[in-house]
Amino acid sequence: MSAPYDLIVIGSGPGGYVAAIRASQLGMKTAIVERESLGGICLNWGCIPTKALLRSAEVLHLARHAKSFGLKIENPSFDLEAVVKRSRGVASQLSGGVRFLMKKNRIDVIEGTARLEKGAPAPKVFVKGRDGKDTPYTAKHVMLATGARARDIPQAGLVADGRLIWTYREAMTPDVMPKRLLVVGSGAIGIEFASFYNELGSEVTVVEVMDRILPVEDAEISALAEKDFRKQGFNILTGARVENVKAGRNVVTADITTKDGKKETREFDRAILAVGIVGNVENLGLEALGARIDKTHVVVDGFGKTGVPGLYAIGDLTGPPWLAHKASHEGVTCVEGIAGRNHAEPFDASNVPGCTYSRPQVASVGLTEAAARAKGHDIKVGRFPFIGNGKAIAMGEEQGLVKTIFDRKTGELLGAHMIGAEVTELIQGYVIARQGELTEADLIHTVFAHPTISETMHEAVLDAEGRALHI
Amino acid sequence: MPINITMPALSPTMEEGTLAKWLVREGDTVKSGMIIAEIETDKATMEVEAVDEGKVGRIMVPAGTEGVKVNAVIAVLLEEGESAGDVKGPSAAPAKAQAAPAPEPSTPPVAAPSPLTPANAGGRSSLAVPDPVLRPDERNVGARIMASPLARRIAANKGIDLKALRGSGPHGRIIRRDVENAKPGAAQPAQGGAPMTADGLILPQVLDDRVYAPDTYELKPLGGMRKTVARRLTQSFMQVPHFPLNIDITLDNLLESRAAINAAAPKDVKISVNDLLIKAAALALIDEPDCNASYTDKGIAYHKHANISVAVAVEGGLITPVIFRAEGKGLAEISEEMKDLAARARDRKLKPQEYMGGTFSISNLGMFGIRSFASIINPPEGMILSVGAGEKRAVVDDAGAVIVRTVMSVTLTCDHRVIGGAEGAKWLAAFRRYVETPEAMLL
Repeated sequence: MSAPYDLIVIGSGPGGYVAAIRASQLGMKTAIVERESLGGICLNWGCIPTKALLRSAEVLHLARHAKSFGLKIENPSFDLEAVVKRSRGVASQLSGGVRFLMKKNRIDVIEGTARLEKGAPAPKVFVKGRDGKDTPYTAKHVMLATGARARDIPQAGLVADGRLIWTYREAMTPDVMPKRLLVVGSGAIGIEFASFYNELGSEVTVVEVMDRILPVEDAEISALAEKDFRKQGFNILTGARVENVKAGRNVVTADITTKDGKKETREFDRAILAVGIVGNVENLGLEALGARIDKTHVVVDGFGKTGVPGLYAIGDLTGPPWLAHKASHEGVTCVEGIAGRNHAEPFDASNVPGCTYSRPQVASVGLTEAAARAKGHDIKVGRFPFIGNGKAIAMGEEQGLVKTIFDRKTGELLGAHMIGAEVTELIQGYVIARQGELTEADLIHTVFAHPTISETMHEAVLDAEGRALHI
Repeated sequence: MPINITMPALSPTMEEGTLAKWLVREGDTVKSGMIIAEIETDKATMEVEAVDEGKVGRIMVPAGTEGVKVNAVIAVLLEEGESAGDVKGPSAAPAKAQAAPAPEPSTPPVAAPSPLTPANAGGRSSLAVPDPVLRPDERNVGARIMASPLARRIAANKGIDLKALRGSGPHGRIIRRDVENAKPGAAQPAQGGAPMTADGLILPQVLDDRVYAPDTYELKPLGGMRKTVARRLTQSFMQVPHFPLNIDITLDNLLESRAAINAAAPKDVKISVNDLLIKAAALALIDEPDCNASYTDKGIAYHKHANISVAVAVEGGLITPVIFRAEGKGLAEISEEMKDLAARARDRKLKPQEYMGGTFSISNLGMFGIRSFASIINPPEGMILSVGAGEKRAVVDDAGAVIVRTVMSVTLTCDHRVIGGAEGAKWLAAFRRYVETPEAMLL
């Protein structure tokens, strides 16, 4: 029996490892269990390596348009293997960084697969190492941060085979460039891969069951994104259904029912399934402990408490939004709750920004216009297009829009929605405004640096008051 | 296109008001700057000036309507060549249209510049309406309250006093949820003590129906002024550590001087005892500058001028118009100003800048035969003088003989945070010297 810990974190993704660091900062003796690579999906198979791939695509795009900047680059092209290699290099660099952070914070890294059994004051943790040996550990608190994985829908014939029918994992390490690519699902993951493969020359077909792509975004932004993607050559089928995705020897076939009810079987070289995720709740022993599970997600309160004494859960495992920064924040919130910190704040999902790193980028926080109206807010809406922004024009990025939604009575920034260059970096300004409970008046009084694309954020606020300057 | 005239916000916190009176009728031609209506707020009746020119096409909100929301359309102006038919259906929706009789002004309306800066240049409103997003009350005037801008706005909308709330945000900052959780009337006090309403009143301020059957009394809703008086005086009485000082002052010399002054004065000038007391108080404040002070969280503010607030009882409450820089004003000037202010106070015609900014108050109940009383301090002023009736009393003079003198008792209530007993006594001595030796006021 090993020395008891104050906290054992299961899963070392951005939720788990950040929680472990915070626990260590607060003086807890902490261990973290990981069955694969430190950093979890985010660092190894998600956020970070896809950003590396998309950066390659972006540079290629710029090179192809060098002429419009007065530059001469002859026949820019790419080496797929090198593009993937760079992405993997970035991932492993960051995973190594997490290992360093664990060491620096004196957090024990336990490699293996964890399983829980009843115990007091917290469930006992058994970790099966690569050698097959099961080692028990005890802790005062146990935090589940086991994350999630791509969802299969076997009833509809949507099951990845890892060869021709991909999830994000295979899509991130392609061996060949698919000529014809089917992307099922148009959330952030689907759209990012569609954007990457389209840039590199695949004929991309995106199928979305909802009536618009990026369905969680504001409808106006979805429409602008769709228009831009179509111009880039995407085939986009909304309100359409995909069934029976089958891998043949070299091709994938899929039954697609379009909006007008027409059903046809189409052929692709590869398919990417991006139809949501499921929580990794299995084989942990949760049922025996009595933790409540709702559709593959562990039910928790604002501090990650599961209701089982000493057991907590955070991140993708606990439900949407399935985002790394949500997991990290929940992890910290949970640890501070355990430590009984003064001013520990329960997690509030309403202020989590969402980013999609396609070209153009999409970013948002808070309510969409439709949601704000549905909640009964009397709203004022501001819009500002990039074409009115000097920096955007200088950068050759004049396609874009910032939209703000304010409560007319209180001046609260209910939501902000952006599409265009660098908006994933810009959205944070609005997130801070919301966290600090700033009103339109404060944003109006804020000085924005010139020339920056961020000026569009100011203008979109001014426009809500009918006083935008540069349009 | 017809121009909408909207309900103006006459103060930063105003959400609605009573449209007391129209000074124009449908069909009248108005010019820019013309007074077209009167609006009642919590403290005063304010005049509404036209900004645009035109003919009054339709009056949307009748005189006497209460609860007219700021920015609601109250009338429509027609430009040249337009007829009343161009006016679309009424868009104003007054909360309740009780056609209460509008108070008749006893003085003709005077064109007064609005204390608020005209803004909203972009809009088509024909009135000087302040920009709704630039509310000065969100800018931490006075003692700093840590609160998010959104919390401030919601509190202002709901009429919740932030001072009564406990902040649950970082470093005790008041955030949205603190305000949303505070029902008006159920706010938590900042530090312990009895629960307080947003107005700073101790709860419960209700009559128990089992004890006072509702049919045994008439419940009159609180007017804006009554609410303000209740809030300010409750805060003052609870927050200001106050103490009274009494002194008797012989009035015979002052009465003689007053008779002589009035005999020598032009016909229309008649100096009252109160005018003389205002002047004496002002001079005493300049002699004892330590007493002309206000407590603030940042330090004690010593005022350089004696701005004397004079309590005037009016229907529905109390108001204190101010004689500014009274130390430098002649008696005739004080007298004339006081007459004007008191008359307009009773008509609720005072502008905010006429009843705010005092440094010292005088309350006189002598005319009601009150011998002695102690008033509640009018914050942020440091002292208030309560003046009793001048009456003939038997006085023992220096030689030990009993003589008859006209004497009045005054009580000085002091804010002990800024004024000690000795300072208060010194001020009373100075005040008595001026009253008993009125010639000193001439120096």
